[in-house]
Amino acid sequence: MAEEAPILSIAGVSLRFGGVRALTDVSVDVRRGEIFSVIGPNGAGKTSLINCVSGRYRPTEGRILLSGQDITHMRTNRRAAAGIGRTFQNLAIFSHMTVLDNIMVGRHHLMRSGFLGGMAYWFGGAEQEEIAHRREVEEIIDFLEIQHIRKAVAGQLSYGLRKRVELARAMALKPQLILLDEPMAGMNLEEKEDMARYILDLNEEWGMTVVMIEHDMGVVMDISHRVMVLDFGQKIAEGTPEIVMANEHVRRAYLGEAVEPTE
Amino acid sequence: MVALTPAGDFRASYRQDMTLFPTRNSRRGVWLGVLLLALLPLPALLLGDVVDEDGTLGGLLGALDIGRYGMGLLIQIGFLGIAALGLNILVGFTGQISIGHAAFFGVGAFASAWLHEHGVPVFLAMPLAGLLTAAVGLVFGLPATRLKGLYLAIATLAAQFIIEDFFARAQWFTGGVAGRMTEPPSLPGIRFDGEEAYFYVVLGAVVIMFAAAANLMRTRDGRALVAVRDHYLSAEMMGINLAYYRTLSFGIASFYAGVAGALYAHHLQFVSVEAFNILFSIQFLGMVIIGGLGSISGSLMGAAFMVALPELVQAGADALANGPLDHALKLGANISFLREMVIGATIVLFLIFEPDGLAHRWRLIKAYWKLYPYSH
Repeated sequence: MAEEAPILSIAGVSLRFGGVRALTDVSVDVRRGEIFSVIGPNGAGKTSLINCVSGRYRPTEGRILLSGQDITHMRTNRRAAAGIGRTFQNLAIFSHMTVLDNIMVGRHHLMRSGFLGGMAYWFGGAEQEEIAHRREVEEIIDFLEIQHIRKAVAGQLSYGLRKRVELARAMALKPQLILLDEPMAGMNLEEKEDMARYILDLNEEWGMTVVMIEHDMGVVMDISHRVMVLDFGQKIAEGTPEIVMANEHVRRAYLGEAVEPTE
Repeated sequence: MVALTPAGDFRASYRQDMTLFPTRNSRRGVWLGVLLLALLPLPALLLGDVVDEDGTLGGLLGALDIGRYGMGLLIQIGFLGIAALGLNILVGFTGQISIGHAAFFGVGAFASAWLHEHGVPVFLAMPLAGLLTAAVGLVFGLPATRLKGLYLAIATLAAQFIIEDFFARAQWFTGGVAGRMTEPPSLPGIRFDGEEAYFYVVLGAVVIMFAAAANLMRTRDGRALVAVRDHYLSAEMMGINLAYYRTLSFGIASFYAGVAGALYAHHLQFVSVEAFNILFSIQFLGMVIIGGLGSISGSLMGAAFMVALPELVQAGADALANGPLDHALKLGANISFLREMVIGATIVLFLIFEPDGLAHRWRLIKAYWKLYPYSH
């Protein structure tokens, strides 16, 4: 990993809901090209932090920079074009659309035809655009091995497949930075292994920087380059998996003192 | 549901995979259907009034003759279907609600008649009326950027009453209580007067408007509308501007209502201020729900159902009148009330047993025939 400007720079971010402090003065840099995991007990503020980056919440204090550009107050729907993609903790696919359409929605900010162009499908170039983007979407479909469910209605799929569709949709945004909120929650071992493979590949082959929230310590420690630990909205540790695992605070706050390190 | 493609129907390119009608037969079926409809008015047009006497041109044309009344019903299905499609884009595809659709329909009707009176040819006045209605719809659609569900319903209800009130007061526009007369469309040499000729105008409009909507729904902005309906938070993450698409869907819905209203105006050739009440708005909602929320073809089916149902019940009531049942139960004049009740009951039963609408039932029927006899 080259030493260049961090792709994501969170500087002194605090988030308060009335009297509740969800995040307190969190600062962290995510380097371009790494897999960065955020861990912490329930309610530690992991998702709140991701939400601040993706635009769901506005931080009460602090700044968020994406490749040096201040995006703290950027409108949520502009962040896709800025290069941020994300998946949600609780599935947020478009459940009445087909898998293909779900992924095609991800291409929204890359496409140009408006509603008039769309209505005049055959005449205004919308058809060409659809075909061009379909070609790229098919590559993602191939990559995630969901060819067989291309035309299936997304809401009727199994949980694991829906997770994969959501990942496909986020990938279709062509993000530089992809935020994965518990990509492996509720999966069995085999599905987890597949998902870990996909995350590694989209990091290495597709060149996306990954910020991931995950509870499965085995996965986190295996595939992350660096890990940050949140507890009660505060950063208590940051560094390579080994360093974080060795940290006393982390063991107390998150893993419980008596717990053996997984694997 | 995974699309069922017959054996041997292969797709070699993405273009082939993205057609409006998934199989060869469905494509042929639609073309055949449009062609058959285009043939319908021919007997009356070619033979004039003699057709009813002995059918000189022979069986085929004679058999196609459904009479002036039937033609009128088809025209109604046509323009109501267009308006229902507009409402379906709003309610079914974008997941919003409007209880003011009839008011927009009325704006289109008056706008087209008014434009025509000021020298705009009807064929130009109709799309212009659509645009004008779209502009009105955009204004009344603005609350949709903030309101959802029941709150939005009440906001659109306000639109219904405001526009209705405007109709009653704006004499210059609507002709006030007297209403506004207007003319059928005409091209140099042809005047689309009478049901048979006007039928082609409506048929053309239906084909264009439905093709446009189907195209919209398979491209970027159509998908964005559905995304806003299914999960607006993640739609926003996908780069979709919620306010824009919520308002846009009102604009498109009103455009469809406006064009449909214009078609209605030049068909009836008279527009009255009382026609566009809330009951009519609810009827549009009924069409959309019965036809199938979020279904293009369902909009037309719903309109057809709502037009055909009173006719069928009327026919039943006529058959019943002066029959033994009539005498036994002493129904007499009450038969007409029976009709209203049957219509209401049918709709309720429909909602209970076919909540996904006619379009869904049609898909099941198609799947049944494709899989027969191995449906399991």
